[in-house]
Amino acid sequence: MRSKFRQKIGGWGLLPLMVCLLSVGLMASELRAAVVKAEDSELASGRVRARQASPKPARWVTADHSAHPILQQDFKSPEEVTKACLSCHNEAAHQVHQTIHWTWKDPADREGLMGKNGLTLNNFCISIHSNEPRCTSCHVGYGWKDASFDFSSEEKVDCLVCHDRTGTYKRFPTKAGYPVTELTKFGKKTFVPPDYRLISASVGRPSRNNCGVCHFFGGGGDAVKHGDLDSSLFNPSRDLDVHMNAEGSNFNCQRCHTTEAHFISGRSYKKPAFTERKSLIEDDLVKLISCESCHTEKPHQAGHKANDHTDKVACQTCHIPAFARVIPTKMYWDWSQAGRKKNGKPYKVTGEYDKPSYDTKKGSFVWEKDVTPEYFWYNGRMDYVLLTDTIDSKQVVKLNRVLGDKDDADSRITPFKVHRGKQPYDKGNNTMAVPHLFGKDQSAYWKSYDWNQAIAAGMQAAKLEYSGEYGFVETEYHYPITHMVAPAEKSLQCADCHAGQGRMASLGGFYMPGRDRQPLVDIIGWMAVAAALLGVAGHGLLRLVYGKKGE
Amino acid sequence: MTITKLFLYTRFERFWHWMQGTLILLLIVSGFEVHGAYRLFGFETAFKVHNTCAWAWLVLYAFIVFWIVTTGEWKHYVPTFAKMFEVIRYYCSGIFRGEAHPVPKSERVKHNPLQRITYLGIVSLLVPFQMVTGFIYYYYNRWPQFGWNWTLGTVAVLHTVGAFAFLIYLIVHVYMITTGHTLGTHLKAMFTGYENIEAGK
Repeated sequence: MRSKFRQKIGGWGLLPLMVCLLSVGLMASELRAAVVKAEDSELASGRVRARQASPKPARWVTADHSAHPILQQDFKSPEEVTKACLSCHNEAAHQVHQTIHWTWKDPADREGLMGKNGLTLNNFCISIHSNEPRCTSCHVGYGWKDASFDFSSEEKVDCLVCHDRTGTYKRFPTKAGYPVTELTKFGKKTFVPPDYRLISASVGRPSRNNCGVCHFFGGGGDAVKHGDLDSSLFNPSRDLDVHMNAEGSNFNCQRCHTTEAHFISGRSYKKPAFTERKSLIEDDLVKLISCESCHTEKPHQAGHKANDHTDKVACQTCHIPAFARVIPTKMYWDWSQAGRKKNGKPYKVTGEYDKPSYDTKKGSFVWEKDVTPEYFWYNGRMDYVLLTDTIDSKQVVKLNRVLGDKDDADSRITPFKVHRGKQPYDKGNNTMAVPHLFGKDQSAYWKSYDWNQAIAAGMQAAKLEYSGEYGFVETEYHYPITHMVAPAEKSLQCADCHAGQGRMASLGGFYMPGRDRQPLVDIIGWMAVAAALLGVAGHGLLRLVYGKKGE
Repeated sequence: MTITKLFLYTRFERFWHWMQGTLILLLIVSGFEVHGAYRLFGFETAFKVHNTCAWAWLVLYAFIVFWIVTTGEWKHYVPTFAKMFEVIRYYCSGIFRGEAHPVPKSERVKHNPLQRITYLGIVSLLVPFQMVTGFIYYYYNRWPQFGWNWTLGTVAVLHTVGAFAFLIYLIVHVYMITTGHTLGTHLKAMFTGYENIEAGK
């Protein structure tokens, strides 16, 4: 009786234990997540943090420029406007003179070699030397038409290109930074002389239009150069840019490119965009140029694996799944094809996306849209080939090189646009060449289509030696992808990288789950599994056969 | 030949057996997906399933070990070579001829010598090995904090080797279930607790 009772109770008594065990077992990982959450309770979700830190700005001004008597005049030239500005803002021109916007040389480079006005080059229009009037339509000054430009002149600073709030101030593409003085046609566009009085009466802090008129058109046209900077950012959708869309945060450029005394934070040739990963919480005057400055270094939900990635993977890698998502960007430019004529005349061919695929002046192009970036370990620094450097023409010349290493604590896997091309080099000296492209003189390539003359003139203007013999060499230029941040739900998923042929396929030297394996272990393992299956199948079959016989 | 019903597997034993079986199956399926062998749940879900099961198993394992030690069940896992050869011979040939199992199950001897050594090896070597390599893998991001300087590849490969061992064990184990008095005898026993034993010589 007693034992029967015990058996009954003992048996059922186990039930609550089992239920407990089941729930504890399944909840163990949740418990662990809760522990992590408790540990990280000081660091809430990075998005929440960032939203707290970025309310809509209430901008104020203490001066109504339309009331300033000095601006109530009929300006004859843009320099007169600048003089009027400087009569109050007497430090402004001096500040601008220190920046790369003015010098086109990296202030962080003491040797003065880095920059468009230095000895670096790219594989778009290659170099500004001898081509100034065209290129310097994006220089923050007036009249840099050749090497004789006076960089100490204060009145040559163009205040309006950055501070115009009317959207009517337009500089002419080929006039070395000057607007027109009379109605002038450029292609299909007509340029109107600016109403300086109207414009100066309403100057203010730069909007993204001011930055965009140059930076969205790098390489000589919309979306040509960067891939993550183009005119689609004037009024982006939430999908295109989660920070800049008007319904959302509606950030202007300076919201991240923190600006002090005309010095705009960001990467330059010799200087990374930031060297310390600090957040606003640690330093309220931190420049907001890194994602971490608002989002902290653990921006995802507490306990989420993505937080474990931030020490090795740049935010941009997952959150900018593709560049040129709206407007196609140039991916390949072959200068060696330039100069072909039809019926003795230069011509253009329109290709995919309604973009030129051939232009006698420039050669052949490949454009791509919604491009998957290439990924490199990147510590924020790059290395640049100089016009004076010896190159190996048998190899692809990396005009800039991404620096970083998987073992370097400062390096993160970062997305890049790699612009590839073929461009002229000095065959005799094994150096890169500067062609004189733009101009009305006979040596300009776009006038006479003679490379030898053009390179001789370009090299002379850049004060470089030319052997007289040229060839074409394949080149690469790397642009970090950092703009066009997509909403979280459009970011990359685990399997985009954690897969055999995923986005990280080209990065070696480290083990990545889902991508890597030890092939021998896998082969032996699967063979053993197959052997086990065959073994039991054979054994079962024999049992079946003998069993039947036995009957 | 008579059939006797023997109560061999208590409620908790059956519970942990099936619980552990489920977890092992889920861990194998999700683990090989994380390993990149195929796509089934999707990497992220597979990763989450794998981690949840790992923690659940750790808790369950603690209970199992506690149970084995406190109930005296450990006696059934003490390896022995007595009749080992006979058991091997039985599975290699006797079974085809319809011979009786050389080591019939009883309350005193729940497992034959091959089972004993296999289960002991699994509970004391393979499971801990897989748990240790698994949790080292899991805490990869804290290695620097712990002062560990290993390569993830080594840990991952060891964990993979363990996974193959489990898969092979699972295949053989599932097959062996069918070798009872009838095909379903052992399977039924793991649900009811009662094993049908062929008694008599």
